[in-house]
Amino acid sequence: MDQIRKIREEVERWEKGYEVDSLPSAESEMGEPLKVLYTPADVAEADYLDRIGFPGIYPFTRGIYPGMYRKNLWQMRLYAGFGTAEDTNQRWKFLLASGNNGVGCAFDLPTQMGLDSDDPLAEDEVGRVGVAIDTLKDMEMMYDGLPLDRIASSFNINAPGAIILAMYVAIGQKQGVPPSKLSGTLANDLLCEYVSRGMWVFPPKPSLKIAADIVEYCTREMPRFYPFNIRGIVMREAGATMAQEVGYSFCNATEYVREVLERGIGVDEFAPRISFFFCSGLHFLEEAAKYRAARRLWARIMKEKFGAQKPASMLLRATGMIGGSYYRPREPETNLIRGAYGLLGNVLGGLQGMLHPAMDEPFAIPTEKTARLALRTQQICAYETGITETVDPLGGSYYIEALTNRIEEKIEEVMRQIEEMGGAVRAIEMGFMQKNISNEAYQTAQEELQGKRVVVGMNKFVIEEKKGEMTLHEFTPEVYEKQIERLEQVRAERRSSEVQSALDAVRSAAEKGENLMPHLIEVVKTYASVGEIMKSLKEVYGEFREPITI
Amino acid sequence: MRRKIRILVAKPGLDGHDRGAKVIARAFRDAGMEVIYTGLHQSPEQIINAAIQEDVDVIGLSILSGAHIGLSRKVVEGLRKKGVTDKVVIVGGTIDERDVQRLKAIGVAEVFGPGSPIDSLVNYVQGLFVNDRGPTV
Repeated sequence: MDQIRKIREEVERWEKGYEVDSLPSAESEMGEPLKVLYTPADVAEADYLDRIGFPGIYPFTRGIYPGMYRKNLWQMRLYAGFGTAEDTNQRWKFLLASGNNGVGCAFDLPTQMGLDSDDPLAEDEVGRVGVAIDTLKDMEMMYDGLPLDRIASSFNINAPGAIILAMYVAIGQKQGVPPSKLSGTLANDLLCEYVSRGMWVFPPKPSLKIAADIVEYCTREMPRFYPFNIRGIVMREAGATMAQEVGYSFCNATEYVREVLERGIGVDEFAPRISFFFCSGLHFLEEAAKYRAARRLWARIMKEKFGAQKPASMLLRATGMIGGSYYRPREPETNLIRGAYGLLGNVLGGLQGMLHPAMDEPFAIPTEKTARLALRTQQICAYETGITETVDPLGGSYYIEALTNRIEEKIEEVMRQIEEMGGAVRAIEMGFMQKNISNEAYQTAQEELQGKRVVVGMNKFVIEEKKGEMTLHEFTPEVYEKQIERLEQVRAERRSSEVQSALDAVRSAAEKGENLMPHLIEVVKTYASVGEIMKSLKEVYGEFREPITI
Repeated sequence: MRRKIRILVAKPGLDGHDRGAKVIARAFRDAGMEVIYTGLHQSPEQIINAAIQEDVDVIGLSILSGAHIGLSRKVVEGLRKKGVTDKVVIVGGTIDERDVQRLKAIGVAEVFGPGSPIDSLVNYVQGLFVNDRGPTV
């Protein structure tokens, strides 16, 4: 302690002597004041073994696995899907041939909202931001030539997530692959959709019920599959701070865990299959600290609040991605550089999977060239920089440890607010998280306008450029006609009595509060459409009404 | 004194990305306009009806799903069919140069692509009302 006091005195002397104390003040991305220099005095209270410790050992600050990337590199995935199932199948094969580990499926908006392609609301959106899936037929074509026991799939879909999972099981069965051998991840995070991104259908309560059905089914039948991928990224992209991103995610996750526990499933039975998806910005040191803080806090929540015994239940398995909102439309090549810095935050933060957006992805479906460049960014980082050799290389930095502590405190503060309100569902119904996030988005926009937050090429060092520099993927309107045609053909060929009785069984299971999964697996095999199944469920569960806040 | 500019900020179609819509709604409000925000998943018809009911001067459509051509056309043509000619339609979102021209041909007054500073939208709308007689476009 004497030494710490001495360091404090010396810091003060140094600050005055070298006029460091008169330098302009600075803030972290989260808006916290930052010092010019961090010293042992800033992390004096930290007990190394207790708070930092070893990778693979509680509280996992330094990493969830002992050997980290020296043992297993992160999973490299690209998020892809557009047009019809055949278009997507081709793009996936291209990406797998370039060295992707698995497929991350992007669905179009009608599919995400549980509407068929021929729904009047869907007309302009079919196959645009992702692939259109109406029936099992589309899924079969999308996975044509892709053996499900050899590739992992990640499904970014929430409201109709259970239906998509049922289709995955059904095509597995057709390929001769039992559910127990299927691997992959389903988002299944309905709560984040109410907060931002808006792909909600049912009210929160039945949504939680369906989420728990999925987890219950996967716990019994699909041990290799991750039934939860809690999405902080969605909220961060809408404007949330790092602390809100992690804090709200943990509050949402807490609701799911409670819901599953109420079914009498032990925490150690399903918690090892919970995963997260976060967003990184360009402040990569701060992001790395965020992931360290989040790991430590999640481990503590699972252990202390939910009584988890197995270390595997306490691990924050996470995928990360630089947020598309950090990419800019001017001089689009600069996004390659932004992407690389964002990636660095994920890697220094010790994440398990990375999705990397192509430089044009926030503006259009990436071209083959930009999609491959995104993968190359990850490959160069992994194989050419040496960053993978040592675990948590930033650990022990006075600055990083101090940031980690501070971010952890801020996340806890955010969580306390929500808990005091009665939990995430209550906070969402009141529009509380939504309001806080849009406040942050507004402030960020103001700061960019005033130049307080610099964006190179946008509000500083701006050059006049010729318009339309990006060669964007052009949408083909024939997709709509092709998709409608296929849907009509499927409807004509299937046995409608079989479809109807399977739909009735789904509705009756929903009314009785039974687990929907076995019924969904049956109904998708009759080639009932996503829209038809969702309609049966809406009749029982009703639809969400959005609290409007600006 | 002329009444405040009334503007409807609307999210047509299924796109749920409302960060931009909310930010711009707030910027319009802070600039002294009366802002009505529709919330998500609105059909073109709902938007047209809201615009008429709320007697707005400007309709701002926010679309980030790529569906801007079809949805904007439905709003503009729907207004025309109802004989509504006193409302200016502007569109913001992930819209590239090619589509800016297409939207203008449909009858959209102005398009704000990605990266448009928020004050450019506020200035544009205020500029429509420089004389006291209402929209000049």
